[in-house]
Amino acid sequence: MLSKVAALADPSPEMERVSVAPAISVQNLVHRYDSRTALNGVSFDVRPAELFGLLGPNGSGKTTLFRILSTLMLPTAGHAVIMGADVAQDPASLRRKIGVVFQAQSVDPKLTAYENLRHQGHLYGLRGATLKKRIGEILTRVGLADRAQERVETFSGGMQRRIELGKGLLHRPGVLLLDEPTTGLDPGARRDLWQYLQMLRDEEHVSVLVTTHLMEEAERCDRLAIMNEGNLVALGTPSELKSEIGGDVILLDATGDAAALAERIRARFHVDTAVMGNQVRLEQESGHRFVTDVVEAFPGEIQAMSVSKPALEDVFIHRTGHKFWSEGGEETDPSSK
Amino acid sequence: MATQAATLARPAVAPSAGIVLPAFTLWWREIVRFYRQTTRVIGVLASPLVFWLVIGSGFGTSFRSGGGAGQQHYLDYFYPGALIMIVLFTSIFTMMSVIEDRKEGFLLSVLVAPVPRAAIVLGKVLGGTTLAAIQGMIFLIFAPFAGVHLDLLQVLLVGIVVFLVSFALTALGFAIAWPMDSSQAFHGIVNLFLIPLWLVSGALFPMNGASGWIRAVMRLNPLTYGVEALRSLLYPGTATAFPLASSMATLILFSLVMFALAFLMANRRRTSPA
Repeated sequence: MLSKVAALADPSPEMERVSVAPAISVQNLVHRYDSRTALNGVSFDVRPAELFGLLGPNGSGKTTLFRILSTLMLPTAGHAVIMGADVAQDPASLRRKIGVVFQAQSVDPKLTAYENLRHQGHLYGLRGATLKKRIGEILTRVGLADRAQERVETFSGGMQRRIELGKGLLHRPGVLLLDEPTTGLDPGARRDLWQYLQMLRDEEHVSVLVTTHLMEEAERCDRLAIMNEGNLVALGTPSELKSEIGGDVILLDATGDAAALAERIRARFHVDTAVMGNQVRLEQESGHRFVTDVVEAFPGEIQAMSVSKPALEDVFIHRTGHKFWSEGGEETDPSSK
Repeated sequence: MATQAATLARPAVAPSAGIVLPAFTLWWREIVRFYRQTTRVIGVLASPLVFWLVIGSGFGTSFRSGGGAGQQHYLDYFYPGALIMIVLFTSIFTMMSVIEDRKEGFLLSVLVAPVPRAAIVLGKVLGGTTLAAIQGMIFLIFAPFAGVHLDLLQVLLVGIVVFLVSFALTALGFAIAWPMDSSQAFHGIVNLFLIPLWLVSGALFPMNGASGWIRAVMRLNPLTYGVEALRSLLYPGTATAFPLASSMATLILFSLVMFALAFLMANRRRTSPA
């Protein structure tokens, strides 16, 4: 586990790439908007046929990173290479290798599903019978073959997303980039989309990079990069990341001053504590036993408590010292509306 | 690794989509989007008619006495300027679609496609040009009421002038709209610069009657050459400030410069959001 952390700090983790060239390689990527630093030296690799998640709250820099990877914006410094093509040096050949699904709707509601895909195919130089066949495959794949001739404006949100995904896959990209693709979808459509991404990885060996701010989506990824304020704070599989937390996560609601309670628990039990609002947070092996001791030691000072197995949110708190959704003071991306 | 091999074995996409196919598909989309929005179609077909009726019953009677100078009725004088105005408005405002496309995310999906920026500019601009030129040519139906009877060659030449003016103005509209994120700002620019440009294009008053500095402005105004070219085509007998050939040459130059401007705007790759 510790080696993982060390590798994180190293801009070129040699141990990770012995045999396989990464699908995406990001090295020391920096981006500044005027004075604000949105990306502060981020490095990671995405392996071929991997479902890779970029998890972070709004303003963490993941949208900026997404824009750079999709060639919409140049980085201030550092490198990003997708399937051998550098985003800054060789955008033209890179664009042919990636499929991109944006958070904003890019399908034209006035065109039919078929027309949208044909338009997309033409942009990628596909035409004629080849294109027609490919559109047929894609529409079948996303389950909209029977609606091909209907205008997209008549579709539900989930169906529009599927066409969106179809647009991104039409030219058979080796790498698919998706920016918060489940925004605005109901739980059913959300689940379908993720199943589809897993199928793409398994059956077509597409490398998928998906940004999200939802923990339950991040859980479904093969590996995760967790971002906070422009920095990569954690990198690994969801279970690796969670296992770095020693034992259980304990939350105590203080009756009075949480900071004072935390201090006294620290002095008495020699454990690390963190204060978040009126809560004291601890990470402890055999949490249920520890809780009993604490409650007995400080009767009347604890209003409520919980003991749970670590979740990804705990990894975020563990690494950054604050909650995933900070109340206020939350930085927002200046360009996302 | 097996997965890697499979990734590499996937059929390669053609090395480049070229310029013609992407430009064509973007042009096609502009046209389809237009005729699927019924209100826009009605607007385009009806506005020249409304325009004509208002001008006909307003200007026609109000300025009847003003026709003494060159034997030409003011309404006849105004006809080429009115045509240019219709083309101006349609050309410029079709490019508001650039702002809409950007807001919706459609433009993003085009920008990440392996399409040369020139193809994006060409497709969008030709789309707007087509719509503006069609509307301009519809206005020609009223030509007989302005005392103009055209033969086929004249219609063809007028068509070329209308096309050139539409193309140049649409490209200008594209260049203005490209960096903008609100259609209100776009309206502001149009009102501030383009309407005055039309006012001093010889559409409303002839150049030889204007004072010195206005005349200089009119000479520099590319729209003047559009109005002049139309005037010499529609009323072959009347005196114009410039010969038809030099007006046409100026319009071609204007179109090329505006296209280059639009291309430069679209071709910037920046470190701020595209």
